[in-house]
Amino acid sequence: MTKITTDEVKHVAHLARLSITEQEAEKFADQLGSIITFAEQLNELDTSNVEPTTHVLEMKNIMREDKSGKGLPREEVLKNAPDHQDGQVKVPTILE
Amino acid sequence: MSLFEHKLADLQGLLHKKEITVTDLVRESYKRISEVDDRVQAFLTLDEERALAQAESLQSKLSADGQGMLFGMPVGVKDNIVTKGLRTTAASKILGNFDPIYNSTVADKLFAADAITIGKLNMDEFAMGSSTENSHFAKTKNPWNLETVPGGSSGGSAAAVAAGEVPFSLGSDTGGSIRQPASFCGVVGLKPTYGRVSRFGLIAFASSLDQIGPITRNVEDNAYLLQAIAGLDPNDSTSANVEVPDYKSALTGDIKGLKIAVPKEYMGEGVSEEVRQSVREALKVLEGLGATVDEVSLPHSKYGVATYYLLSSSEASANLARFDGIRYGYRAENAENLIDLYKKTRAEGFGDEVKRRIMLGTYALSSGYYDAYYKKAQQVRTLIKQDFDQIFEQYDVVVGPTTPTPSFKIGEKVDDPLTMYANDILTIPVNLAGVPGISVPAGLSSSGLPLGLQIIGKHFDESTVYRVAHAFEQATDHHTLRPEL
Repeated sequence: MTKITTDEVKHVAHLARLSITEQEAEKFADQLGSIITFAEQLNELDTSNVEPTTHVLEMKNIMREDKSGKGLPREEVLKNAPDHQDGQVKVPTILE
Repeated sequence: MSLFEHKLADLQGLLHKKEITVTDLVRESYKRISEVDDRVQAFLTLDEERALAQAESLQSKLSADGQGMLFGMPVGVKDNIVTKGLRTTAASKILGNFDPIYNSTVADKLFAADAITIGKLNMDEFAMGSSTENSHFAKTKNPWNLETVPGGSSGGSAAAVAAGEVPFSLGSDTGGSIRQPASFCGVVGLKPTYGRVSRFGLIAFASSLDQIGPITRNVEDNAYLLQAIAGLDPNDSTSANVEVPDYKSALTGDIKGLKIAVPKEYMGEGVSEEVRQSVREALKVLEGLGATVDEVSLPHSKYGVATYYLLSSSEASANLARFDGIRYGYRAENAENLIDLYKKTRAEGFGDEVKRRIMLGTYALSSGYYDAYYKKAQQVRTLIKQDFDQIFEQYDVVVGPTTPTPSFKIGEKVDDPLTMYANDILTIPVNLAGVPGISVPAGLSSSGLPLGLQIIGKHFDESTVYRVAHAFEQATDHHTLRPEL
C-alpha cells in the first residue's frame, strides 16, 4: 500500500491553495493513500507503446475568426464580486 | 391523473385543442413541487414568477406559426448549468450566492425551443459524487424509497422527473452522473456523445469527460429534448461539427437484425444477481424483437474506475482553481494576505469530497508523479477506447446493466470513497471512450427499487441507441411504473 504522509498532504494542500488542519491532514492522508493504492492497479498493464488519449474526438486546433466581440458591461461583471471599489475588484494587500 | 403522464406530443395536442393552457402545465409543476418537494428535496431554487410570465406570453403565441419544439414544456435544470439571473450554485457553498450574468448555450436553446425553466436541481457539489449526498444544501431522496439515495451526481434531476415534479430535466454526466440516477429513480437518462451538446456555461468538472444530457419519463420525450439542445456551438471548441439527425424518426420500433454485444465483464461477480437477471430478461425481449445477442469482452473495463479518478480529479484540480474568492462567489473573512485569502476561502467554501479530488488531482499532476499517474491513466484510456472501437466494428450497440446494484441507503457509503466510486464501474468506460449511453427502466428489484438497462452506441449514433431503447420500452411496461409519494 502506498503511504501518503501528512507532510505530503500538507504540501499538496498548499499547492492547491487549501488551508488544512492537522486532523484533516491525517484523515486525507489515509483516504488519499488508499485511493492511490487502488489507482496503482493500472501498473498491471504494459502501456509502453500506447499513445495517451487527451481527447476522444479527432479534432485539432479549432479556431474562430480573430475578431473582437462585445464585452460584458462593467456593472454586470462586478455584480458577483465579493468586494469592489471604483469599478475594480478589491483584494487584500498583495505587497507588504 | 397528472398531466405529466402524457408525453410531449400528447401535451402539445392538448394545448392546440385548447383543453389545457401553458399556464396549466407550469402550475402543475409548482403544485406537485409544493406537495412533494419538502420530502424529495430535488429543487434548490425555483423561478415561479418568471415561469408563469413566460407561460402567459407563450400562450399568446399558440396560434402563431413557428413554435419551438419544446413549446410550453416545463424543464428542471441541474444547478451546474448556468442560467442568467437565476442563482446557480453547483450545490457548493463557494457559489452559494452566484447570480449568473450570462446563459449557458443549453439554457439559451431551451428558451429558443419555447421550454419553460421551472427551477434548479440539486446535485453532488461540482458533480462529484454518486448519491447527491455531497450537496452543501440538501439531501435529495429517492422518490421510490425516501430512505435511499436518488443516485448522483444529477440526483435532483432524476428525482424531480420520477416524482412527477417536471416531465423534463437536464443533467450532466462525467462518469455516469445522468445514467446512474436515472437507473436508481426509474427514468430515462442519456449521456450524449462527447461533443454532441455544447458545454458552454456548464460549470466544468472534468472537461474531457463532461456532457450535458436529457432526463425524461420516456424515450420519445428524451429524443425531443436532445434534439433541442444538440449541435455545434462556436462558444465551445470541443462541440462537434457533426450533423444532428432527426432523432424522432429513429423511433421505429424495428430492431430486426440489429447486433447486440453484451460484455461478460458487465455480467460478472461484482454485479448483483437480480440486476443480471433483469438484463437477461431484457435481452430476451430484444431477441424477441429480432435482434441478435453475443457475449463479448471489454478486457480493460475493470481499469475504468482507477483511470477515471486519476483523469477526472486531475482535470478538476485545474478547473476548480478559478474559485478563489476574488471575482465572484464566497470570500473568507479575516485573511491576512492574498494567499491566505485563497486558502481560507477554498477551505471554507469546498466540501470534503471536492477537496479530496482537488488534492488527488494536484498530487497526480505534481512534479515526479505526472508520468506515473496522469500519463499512465491517459494511456489506459486509449486501451479502454480501443475496446469499444473493436466491438463497434461488428456490433450496433453494447447492452448491460447501468449499475451493479439498485439504490442504497442514505449514509451507507458516504464515508468510504472507494466503495462509492465502485458504483460507477459500468458507466465510467462510456465517458472515457466518449460514446453515447442511455439508461432505461428495466423493472424493480425485490425491494421495490428501480433497475436500469444501459444501451451504449457508436460515436454520434444516438439514433440507434434511441431506437433500441424505444423498442425495448414499447415492448415492456417498466416505464409506466410510478413511485407512491
